[in-house]
Amino acid sequence: MTRNIVAAVVAVGLVILAASLPFWGEAYWMHEFVMVSCFFVFAMMWNLMAGYGGMVSVGQQAWFGLGGYFMLALANLGGVNPFVAIVLGAVLSTLIALPMSKLAFRLQGGYFAIGTWVMAEVVRLTVANISIVGGGSGTSLTAFRGVSRALRENVTYWVALVAVVATIVLVYLFLRSKQGLALQAIRDSEVAAESQGINVARMKLAVYLVSAFGCAIAGGLYFVSNLRISPDAAFSVNWTAFGIFIVMIGGIGRIEGPVIGTLVFWLVSHYFSDYGTWYLIGLGALAIMMTLYARQGITGLLDRFLGVDLFPTRRVFVARKVEAKPAPAARVYNETAGVA
Amino acid sequence: MIETVIHGILLGGLYSLFALGLSLMFGVMRLTNIAHGDQIVISGFMGIAIAAAVNINPFLLILLLVPCALVSGYAFQYFVLNRTIGKDPLPSLVITFGLSIIAQNLLQEIFSANPRALDTGGLNTMGLNLGGDTVVGVLPLIILVCAIACTFGLQWMFAHTALGRSFRAVSDEKDIAELMGLNSARVYSMATAIAFSLVALAGLFQSMRTTVSPTDGPNLLLFAFESVIIGGMGSFWGTFLGAMTLGVAQQVGFHFDPGWGIWFGHLVFILILAFRPSGLFPKTKG
Repeated sequence: MTRNIVAAVVAVGLVILAASLPFWGEAYWMHEFVMVSCFFVFAMMWNLMAGYGGMVSVGQQAWFGLGGYFMLALANLGGVNPFVAIVLGAVLSTLIALPMSKLAFRLQGGYFAIGTWVMAEVVRLTVANISIVGGGSGTSLTAFRGVSRALRENVTYWVALVAVVATIVLVYLFLRSKQGLALQAIRDSEVAAESQGINVARMKLAVYLVSAFGCAIAGGLYFVSNLRISPDAAFSVNWTAFGIFIVMIGGIGRIEGPVIGTLVFWLVSHYFSDYGTWYLIGLGALAIMMTLYARQGITGLLDRFLGVDLFPTRRVFVARKVEAKPAPAARVYNETAGVA
Repeated sequence: MIETVIHGILLGGLYSLFALGLSLMFGVMRLTNIAHGDQIVISGFMGIAIAAAVNINPFLLILLLVPCALVSGYAFQYFVLNRTIGKDPLPSLVITFGLSIIAQNLLQEIFSANPRALDTGGLNTMGLNLGGDTVVGVLPLIILVCAIACTFGLQWMFAHTALGRSFRAVSDEKDIAELMGLNSARVYSMATAIAFSLVALAGLFQSMRTTVSPTDGPNLLLFAFESVIIGGMGSFWGTFLGAMTLGVAQQVGFHFDPGWGIWFGHLVFILILAFRPSGLFPKTKG
């Protein structure tokens, strides 16, 4: 218990320290943090789908891009405050995800993965044909005209911080809840979970929608910070590729997986992204190696060798000691003897 | 309009060669190879590189590259993908997705981002007059005939040979098939070997007919996948007809607006998934 209190105090202290960054840090750090937090939220959502819901998607960029485009359309054309537009855009993206989920759920396993990719492509090509948001070449976010640069950057940073903390806390609370337990039961065996009265279809739909919402928030945030959007950037399959990389490096099916994976990804991209193609080849090779030889990622290795588990959401079966009963074989023997 | 449909069917011939391998791997072992499209592109580039080094007839290239693909497919399944077979599709998806990224970037590093084509000595511009104004290309016709032969061959093999029986057995019930003496690791490897050979053939045809560029792979994968789903799983003729449907849909789209072709194909796929989820030509055979 005391260990939990210490951890909570440290966490709150870290968040307060991070929140004060605009008063003592450099603008470059804040921009870097916003970028990384978009990757992080996206990866958390991919982890929720694949690591807990058992749904491997290659089409999460659909919601990322839609979140960005809805934010831009609401802010540029509707005059909505861009930060409010991030949330509204995510709600709208989730509304589109609802009918799309019906289609996606008709496919299983690997075909589900490619099916979601087709849907993301449909959304990309459709958006590229809409001229009011710039068509194929994209457009810029103009709603910040007249707002000072410092204010814009500070607020963007705080929104990103809120998004990161909220994602961790909400996913943690969700997985600790009864629904979270149901979700993990589904991951382990759909049939067994269904037979215990869990509504598998509803649970999967909920996860799909939550994940779409989270990815759309990440997309809205990314393009509020970036100020420029195009279909190819917003709906690039690379978003999912980086998400998969972060989750597989950090550790799938754990909350701390994407946290550590994002840190590794940030370090790697910081030092090697100038190498372009070789950098991507390296990322791909690393993801393959982790999948073949360390499927639980870095956190899995830490857990195995050091016994560290930062966010305990797994439930461990502890067998209670049962008092030794007299050996039943003797009684059976007696009864049989009696009958005889 | 008739001409659009004919071109669509000819395009469908190429797409069915893309799709047969995907259909085979999913049918036998529920495995989805995300690098499928990139392998088509790799095969095209290998053909181009060899043709640039030695003067060789493009059809001899097929005889050279298809056996290579057969061996590499067997080895890849045996040594890598068999380690990932199981209830969870994640490991094989991550591995093939990683390979897809590696393939695209390696090709870009070696061949630059420019699209390239395999020289066919004028075959790709030769046409056959079907009477009236309708002219069809000789090469697309050869590809279509080849696709029909491959579809027929696969369907026949599944129904009438020992290998086909073992494919069906491990697909239906792997554990019992193993009890009956089948080595599922080898059966799976054979399936991937055949799938890779079809991919190599498709890639060479693709680079003869149009061009290949390093980032083409994902789109080709999506076309293959759409053909399988439109046709309906479980039969190779279904996949073949699905590819025809996709080819015609894309050509009709191109007819209206050059930017609409692929989009149109995707929309047809979405409509089929919404209203005929078991595909247009469903069959529970094979």
